[in-house]
Amino acid sequence: MKSNKYLDDISEIKNMMSRSSRFISLSGLSGILAGIYSLIGFVIAQSRIKIYLEPKEVLESTQPIAINTAQLSIELFTIAIVVIIMATITGILLSIRKAKQSDEKIWDVSSKRLAVNFLIPLVTGGIFCIALLQENHVGLVAPVTLIFYGLACVNASKYTLGDVRYLGYANILIGLIATQFTGYGLYFWALGFGVFHIFYGTRMYLKFDIKKI
Amino acid sequence: MSIINNINKAFDHRIKLGIMSILMVNDYADFNTLKELLGITDGNLASHTKSLEKDKYIKVEKQFIGRKPNTRYSVTAFGKSAFNKHIDALEKLIGR
Repeated sequence: MKSNKYLDDISEIKNMMSRSSRFISLSGLSGILAGIYSLIGFVIAQSRIKIYLEPKEVLESTQPIAINTAQLSIELFTIAIVVIIMATITGILLSIRKAKQSDEKIWDVSSKRLAVNFLIPLVTGGIFCIALLQENHVGLVAPVTLIFYGLACVNASKYTLGDVRYLGYANILIGLIATQFTGYGLYFWALGFGVFHIFYGTRMYLKFDIKKI
Repeated sequence: MSIINNINKAFDHRIKLGIMSILMVNDYADFNTLKELLGITDGNLASHTKSLEKDKYIKVEKQFIGRKPNTRYSVTAFGKSAFNKHIDALEKLIGR
C-alpha cells in the first residue's frame, strides 16, 4: 500500500505548486454578477440614449431641460464607472469569502502578482482610451477597452484559474471585430462584459466553487 | 528496482516535498511565504531548509529590506533536476 503514499505526495506537489504560484480564490460567482451588472448598465444606458435621440418626447414633456451631448456622455460615463466599481467590490468581497473558506490569505504574494499582471495591460488600455478621446476617435473606445481587457485577462490567467485565459481570448476577438462596427460599441460591450462574464463565470462556478462545497 | 532507486530520500518528507514544489514554480520565496504556505513553525521550517541547503538542492540568500533582515530561498539547477527525477519516479510508481 505504499503507492497510496506516493499518490498523496503527487497531490501535495500539485497543491503546493498551484497554491504558491496561482491565486485560486477567484470566485466564479463574482464573474456572473459582474456580467449581470454590465447588462443592467447596458439597459439603463440604452434608455438614456433613447431619450437623447428622441428630443420630441422631451419637448412634449413638461420638463424644461435640454439634454445635450455632454450631459449624455457624463451620464453614460457615470453608469460605466458605477458598474466597474460594483463589479470590483463584488469580486473582492467574494474572493475574501472564498479565501476564508479554504483557509487562504487574501493579500499574499500570489494575489499581488495577479493584481499587478492584470493591471498592467488594463491601465495601459485606459490611458490609451484617453488619448483616443483627445483625438476624437470616440467610436474606437469600446473596441479598445474590450481588447485591452482581454489582454489583461490573458496576462493574468498565468497567475490564477486558467479559464480566465479563454475569457480574455473571447474579449480580444470581439474587440477586434468591434473595430469594424464602431457605431455599435455598446452592444459589443454588453456582449463582452455582460454575456461573456456570465458564461465564463458560470463555467468557473460549476467547475471550482460547487465542487469544493 | 531502478525506479525505486530514483525515489529521493531527501524529498520523502512531506515538508521538504512542499518546499521543493513551491520553489520549482517560483523564482524565489522568502521565509515567511514558505511558512504561511506550509503552515508550520519557524523552527520546523528552518531545520528543513537547512538540510535541503546542505544537500545543495536549494540556495539561501540573506539580505536586508530596509532594516529588516530577509531570507529568501531558490532552487539550484542540481535541485531542479533531482526533483524532476523524483517526480518521474513517483509517477512511474503509481502507474501513470
